[in-house]
Amino acid sequence: MWRVGTVVALQDETATARTIRFEVPDWPGHVAGQHVDVRLTAADGYSAVRSYSIASAPNVNGSFEITVERLPDGEVSPYLTQDVMAGDRLELRGPIGGWFVWRSDQTGPIQLIAGGSGIVPLMAMIRSRVSAGSTAPFRLLYSVREPKAVWYGNELRTLSGRDPSLDITYAYTRSTPKDWPRPAGRIDAALVANATWPSSLGPTCYICGPTSFVETAAEFLAASGIRRDKIRTERFGPTGDRK
Amino acid sequence: MSSDTYNYFDGNAAAGELSRIFTMDVTAVEGCCAHCGATRLFADAHLYMQCPGIVARCPACQHVLLRLVSIGQRMFLDVRGLSYFRFDVP
Repeated sequence: MWRVGTVVALQDETATARTIRFEVPDWPGHVAGQHVDVRLTAADGYSAVRSYSIASAPNVNGSFEITVERLPDGEVSPYLTQDVMAGDRLELRGPIGGWFVWRSDQTGPIQLIAGGSGIVPLMAMIRSRVSAGSTAPFRLLYSVREPKAVWYGNELRTLSGRDPSLDITYAYTRSTPKDWPRPAGRIDAALVANATWPSSLGPTCYICGPTSFVETAAEFLAASGIRRDKIRTERFGPTGDRK
Repeated sequence: MSSDTYNYFDGNAAAGELSRIFTMDVTAVEGCCAHCGATRLFADAHLYMQCPGIVARCPACQHVLLRLVSIGQRMFLDVRGLSYFRFDVP
């Protein structure tokens, strides 16, 4: 069922990514980790549907946020990151998905692993944890191209700075901050072993990002002894575009 | 490894279209592959969307589980590759 949502706020996260806040009068509310389908229809009737993870914590006021990365050849993302304005109305379907979710009554240790824009549903989980007052121990391993490509950087710094049970490790694939201890490169078994919960604690793991990243990270976790049924994945396809 | 190796999404990405048909969320539903007998959550299926419609394949054997095509006001759903879906009814 498609609903009409109104764009009420826009915020740039990086040079190529923008957060859009929607208000939807009859929005049923969401759980952290769920996504929403956005449908754009051209004057000639051609329509395109894309899935975007919800970035904001669950609430009861009928609003939510998505963060969209502009893809050079995208059909939808250039519009959402450059042209859309407050007051615009878009068709939305959701919230969708009941597997890749974290609920605030989950008290066990949580391992989050993000590749690039895969941070979005994991950020919703972190925000949900905060808004619910949960003390579930969270670790985030966030793989990102370079420091300026980090999304929600200030908020993550603030949250982890005041809460020792939210631990964040950044892994840079192309360039690092000055004097960074680990050279730029993809995640590897040693990094995953150091930055994630040991399997003996039985963490529930959420991995989100491009498909190759997700498969690699899931293999490292499984090799470290984490049970497959404790590893939940969301794959964004070859490029990070959701369709 | 070729760039086509990882050109799939996962079952989560089909949930929106399948919500037009099923009243329950399918991502947490267990499906049994009619080819190899693997039972997995639909969320773990490999989903191919670079085609007219959606094709879901078994993550264990790559056999086609499900195909969904929309043409105008008609939807075609082919689930020959699944021997069953197990829904946990609330």
